[in-house]
Amino acid sequence: MSQSNRISGGLIDRSQTLRFHFDGLPYLGHPGDTLASALLANGVRLMGRSFKYHRPRGPISAGSEEPNALVELRSGARQEPNTRATVAELFDGLTAQSQNRWPSLKFDALAINDRFNSFLTAGFYYKTFMWPASFWEKVYEPIIRRAAGLGSLTKLEDPDTYDKGFLHCDILIIGAGPAGLSAALTAGRSGARVILADEDFRMGGRLNAETFELGDQAGSAWADGAVAELSSLPNVRLMTRTTVAGAFDHGIYGAVERVSDHLIEPAPGKPRQTFWRIYSQRAILTGGATERPIAFENNDRPGIMLAGSLRAYANRWGVAVGDKTAIFTNNDDGLRTARDLQSKGVDVVAVIDSREGGELLPGIRHLRGAEVMGSAGRLGLSSITVRHADGKTEVIKATALGVSGGWNPNVNITSHHRSRPIWRDDIAAFVPGSGEIANLSVAGAAAGTLSTHGALVTGDEVARAALASLGLTATAANLPKAEDAPVRITPMWYVKGSNRAWIDSQNDVTVKDIKLAHQENFTSVEHLKRYTTLGMATDQGKTSNVLGLAVMAGLTGKSIPDTGTTVYRPPYTPVALGALGGRGRGQEFKPFRLTPSHKWAQEQGAVFVEVGYWLRTQWLPKAGETTWRDSVDREVLATRKSVGICDVTTLGKIDIQGTDAGAFLDKVYANTFSTLAVGKCRYGLMLREDGMVFDDGTTARMGQNEYVTTTTTANAVTVFRHLEFCRQVLWPDMDVQLISTTEAWAQFSVAGPNARKLLQKVVDQDISDAAFPYMGAGNITVGGLRARLFRISFSGELAYEIAVPTRYGDAMIRKLMEAGAEFDAVVYGTEALGVMRIEKGHVAGNELNGTSTALNMGLGKMVSRKKDSIGMVLSQREGMTRDDGLRLVGVKPVNPAAELKAGSHFLKTGVAAKAENDDGWLTSLVYSPHLGHYIALGYLKDGSNRIGEKMRAVNLLAGTDTEIEIVSPHFIDPEGERLRA
Amino acid sequence: MPDFILNPITALGHATPEVDIIGPWTITERADVALASLAVRRGRLGDVQTSAAAVGLPLPAAGASASGALYSAFWMTPEMWMVEAPFASHEDIRAHLLPAFGDAASITEQTDAWVRFDLAGADLPRLLERLSNFDLAKAAAGAATRTVMEHLGCYLIKRTDTLVTVYGPRSSAQSLHHALIVAAQSVL
Amino acid sequence: MIIHHPILGPRDAQEFVYLGDASLIGRPDGLTASIEDFHNYTYLRDNPAGAHRELWYHEQGDRSWLVVTRNTVTHEILQVELARDVARAEGRSK
Repeated sequence: MSQSNRISGGLIDRSQTLRFHFDGLPYLGHPGDTLASALLANGVRLMGRSFKYHRPRGPISAGSEEPNALVELRSGARQEPNTRATVAELFDGLTAQSQNRWPSLKFDALAINDRFNSFLTAGFYYKTFMWPASFWEKVYEPIIRRAAGLGSLTKLEDPDTYDKGFLHCDILIIGAGPAGLSAALTAGRSGARVILADEDFRMGGRLNAETFELGDQAGSAWADGAVAELSSLPNVRLMTRTTVAGAFDHGIYGAVERVSDHLIEPAPGKPRQTFWRIYSQRAILTGGATERPIAFENNDRPGIMLAGSLRAYANRWGVAVGDKTAIFTNNDDGLRTARDLQSKGVDVVAVIDSREGGELLPGIRHLRGAEVMGSAGRLGLSSITVRHADGKTEVIKATALGVSGGWNPNVNITSHHRSRPIWRDDIAAFVPGSGEIANLSVAGAAAGTLSTHGALVTGDEVARAALASLGLTATAANLPKAEDAPVRITPMWYVKGSNRAWIDSQNDVTVKDIKLAHQENFTSVEHLKRYTTLGMATDQGKTSNVLGLAVMAGLTGKSIPDTGTTVYRPPYTPVALGALGGRGRGQEFKPFRLTPSHKWAQEQGAVFVEVGYWLRTQWLPKAGETTWRDSVDREVLATRKSVGICDVTTLGKIDIQGTDAGAFLDKVYANTFSTLAVGKCRYGLMLREDGMVFDDGTTARMGQNEYVTTTTTANAVTVFRHLEFCRQVLWPDMDVQLISTTEAWAQFSVAGPNARKLLQKVVDQDISDAAFPYMGAGNITVGGLRARLFRISFSGELAYEIAVPTRYGDAMIRKLMEAGAEFDAVVYGTEALGVMRIEKGHVAGNELNGTSTALNMGLGKMVSRKKDSIGMVLSQREGMTRDDGLRLVGVKPVNPAAELKAGSHFLKTGVAAKAENDDGWLTSLVYSPHLGHYIALGYLKDGSNRIGEKMRAVNLLAGTDTEIEIVSPHFIDPEGERLRA
Repeated sequence: MPDFILNPITALGHATPEVDIIGPWTITERADVALASLAVRRGRLGDVQTSAAAVGLPLPAAGASASGALYSAFWMTPEMWMVEAPFASHEDIRAHLLPAFGDAASITEQTDAWVRFDLAGADLPRLLERLSNFDLAKAAAGAATRTVMEHLGCYLIKRTDTLVTVYGPRSSAQSLHHALIVAAQSVL
Repeated sequence: MIIHHPILGPRDAQEFVYLGDASLIGRPDGLTASIEDFHNYTYLRDNPAGAHRELWYHEQGDRSWLVVTRNTVTHEILQVELARDVARAEGRSK
């Protein structure tokens, strides 16, 4: 297909031709094109259907403000919905589909909505889908979602990666138009670290879309020169295809760089996009301005667009949108479009100027005091109806209409901290309010200075001020002479008498909807937005918000500033969730922590479980085992019968030294450690200040002023944080030093009747009961290597924990297994560990749930009242010390064959299963292979006095009601004889 | 006494350290450095400084590292440093340091708490800006900081413009290594 | 947010863990204070719109606890001190 609407000139590379497809049809374009410019060059104006009425739509803009020309770009897993054709850079092989239409763009069955428009006005959803409430989710929402929507998701996994990164600069400049380039030159030449970011793939902003000169150069040539100079400066980083999406506190800005969106697919290893966190000392917003339309009847036909965009398509992309073009304007900028188009040979059939007086364009039919009343043309503009100053109407044939209602400075980022823009009558637009964003200044069109000369000058000035505040000196700027036309505008927002005149074409909000909102008293701006959906969705009202506000102001009789303005929030333009997620997806969601025995366990075919970042062996299946229970039962029985080994490196280890180390531990633990003998361990209970149990673990005294404390795996980080708080803040002069040694030592539990025999084969010292008694601790050697041994047990068996420096951990597990072969030693995983601790009645995470006291756990006596410790006082509160409070108990089913259910609650026999009859709950449940039936731990009211009582374990979710007996939580060796063997 | 020795493996799980060359960058796992934390006990700074000077152990200022003939060190927190020494001669680094410092300092072996990667090559900020918010380009040679890389708390030391050391948690050596490799390929 | 660490200079607030009101420095002595005292210490907080003294922990940095005086309305940070220094100034040296 030929590029029928391509005209001369433009910043496209005609020496290369790019092939692309839209809705299955092939087209040609050139490097430098966007999808929209290339389609327009091919005579395609129809690019989408509207959100609610499914009206045919084409682009109204040539930039990121585009509400209409949204397409699904690419196909398969890389398909991306709601891509603005106006900013999608053309590449060879591009494919795009129109969206929100069925069966085709030219015939859309849901366009029937347009015929029923009188029912689909503002507040339609609120009024229609009210009752019954049960219909909201099941009936109404699916209907609404099907009928009103944008693009579709493929539901395939995104094959591309996204990166994150961090950048630092003295001055961040947002937008590389004339003001941004001027600011960047001034800042860059001074030696400051500068980042200049622009959402476009070509820097220059409007300079690329205009015909006027800077000095004796074309605007785009001057921009190219500025960019060339900036790229030669090592202190300047130029970032094209980069949208600064949000302003955050203290000079931090978020920006998305579209690294590979202009390629058919990213190069190997490269991200599609990178989300940058930019740390700036100063920031300068030079984001330009966005033109706004004038509303009139049926102003949404393809071919009707913003006048400045029509000009941009002609000047930058060499595209005449229509063969006969008309302009509708209320300001001088519309006249510039007419002049530019005419000089490019485009047939400008009329300029409809709502103003009575002013300049008269030579050689063009310039109708002053006239208005466009309406338009005609199925699927695209064919004619407009004009009302002349004398009231006569005329139909004028036109296939393109440029509309200019004035320009709105892009204030968006300045209001990200809730600063409200302020109204300026002279340009009939909002400009940035006095900044709540510290160290952000605004220049050029974004600040309401709409001439090129003004942009260059204010860009330089603002950069100069920023440099001065940083203590840097700027060299004199060498600004070229540039156009300095004044803004001449007579505000006119919509053509009187029009109803279905589109304000927000993305959300199908018309003048009529705003009238209805006014009639129903939704006159506040925030209500107006929500009632009509004005300014919502992907474009966030960049072309529509001010217009809607002005219409409402007209209806209420208030001024525009009195009517209000909305505050823009991040992001400036849509940001893909993938970019925010970065690499954190799938296997890369978080880092893994691997235990020292991981490599060995992997070789053995271990099943791993995620415990925080850790991967721990959950169980280690042997040949012939078909279920996890087969493996776990075997591991438990083998350990209790002979010996089992478990990697317990994941438990937090904190080295605590200093002359006050013992006194410090007395403060942070409920029980006492200052009296612990060197070479011994003790179990400790750490409380929170509110008296609840925080953590538990053993602490060993390795020397007079040296302790090693262990924490639970889950709380390793929070306990360390808490200890630092106690050390620095509560007792700032205690002589105590802390450091984590969790990863420094590979630690293995060796448990079971043969534990000592096994260990004696690998350690160099005598570890007989006499030489190394229960709760002993000390430095030993393993084949001459420094190691640590602790005689502690979680399983209830004779047990030790032995630690070697981590790099030897792999060799250690192999050595232990080799030495244990004669005892049929097994490795047991976290499941068997859990079974054995429940059999023994030790508390763990399920019991240490943040709402349990030492008394609840049956450990009330551990809380020493002879010394001050965290949580000691509040643990004595009346409600927490009642005799009939919750106590840890053991539970077993009366029928040994019965299964218990996790989450069950304890009830007396014969009472209704209601909350008021609840006597407690089951916390931990396992099948005990040792006892041959299920066992559980739980908290039961007055539990210590109810041992032997028959009750019920009721689980209403599982529908079970099982008879149980309350027993001691110590199912195995309650006297602890095995430990001391 | 049992007659065997345990053979060490590196943090990445091999008998010898891994070296990866990606574009201009060389990423080298280092298993040949012994580490110990050294913290001043209350009121003993003078003693620690004297002892440190005697053994040639530098005690750099906050945010810095310094190298000595045998011992190097980087700052961790007020009155606490991480000491580096050759593993071959100082594997039991605490045993080497204790006699010099006595009860003036709390010394803890840290060697195997960390995995060390040395990143060598030009334009290292371009690589590390994908991973860390530390302003490496602006930092002077010798700067040392704690920083987060892909959720992992690491120490980052700028030895020179073309050499950076990263210490990360040893258990996450593979994840950190993966992050370094992926970042290098991404910005290559 | 950027927190100007008294030792390390500007650091991203992402490196810190927030605890809350700096009144937590003033922990009563457990051997002399009443349950009521501890109740007030543990649970009662001011929630000002404006300047607020807060405890922040530089977990991904040098592990210093800081007292950050921050305007809760604007996020402006007015002062940053080492919590240990504040604690000593408030008489917590033993």
